[in-house]
Amino acid sequence: MRILFILCTLALTTAAHAQLKVGDPFPPLASSALTGGTVPETSGKILVVDFWASWCAPCKASFPALGKINADYAARGLVLVGVSVDEKASAYAAFVKKLAPPFPTLQDAQQKLVRTVVVPAMPTTYVVGRDGRIRSIHAGYHGDTTDKLLRTELDALLAEK
Amino acid sequence: MRSLRLPLALLLAATALFTAGCATTTARVQPWERATLADYTMRPDRDPLALAMAEHVYFSRESATGGRGVGGSGCGCN
Repeated sequence: MRILFILCTLALTTAAHAQLKVGDPFPPLASSALTGGTVPETSGKILVVDFWASWCAPCKASFPALGKINADYAARGLVLVGVSVDEKASAYAAFVKKLAPPFPTLQDAQQKLVRTVVVPAMPTTYVVGRDGRIRSIHAGYHGDTTDKLLRTELDALLAEK
Repeated sequence: MRSLRLPLALLLAATALFTAGCATTTARVQPWERATLADYTMRPDRDPLALAMAEHVYFSRESATGGRGVGGSGCGCN
């Protein structure tokens, strides 16, 4: 009787997969089965991971701003990676060829990483500190507001020793 | 009384396992799974002719035209 009850509880609770929150460790990119390029070295660096998709209009709108952030902060120790959640390799390749995102992108074709992270919206940008823990989460792209917030956070993180 | 416990437990277990698939997290389409929903073919207004036809049928049946938006009539019920 008790075993059955435990089994039932397990069946109901394992269906849920919790969203990663600020303070949680971000899953290592190297073991997330990402394709479409070389996974960058992130140890000891500030990491920004932007989840996007070829069918997501706000994701496209965020690319120029993220590209500028990448250009401004890369020399100071920032690694910015776009992770596409497109399952079709052809859709991903066509999009990258057409729009040429101004920062390195990888494809999460198996949607392994995004299922682990459980993004709240598309796009979602995660800022990860040098310790590998999530420092902030930006759900959606809100133009200048998101851009300014990201820059403020990155300035503060890069100033940390 | 004790003989009823096992069938009751089995029934509860079967119900729990059956309804586990209905948990909100599994039934909900996740943000990264919306490629099909975001497809152009899912847009209701992708075909102007079909839209005009639907509007015409709606007008014929309901004796009303327009009002397909979400503005409502001021009743606050929308």
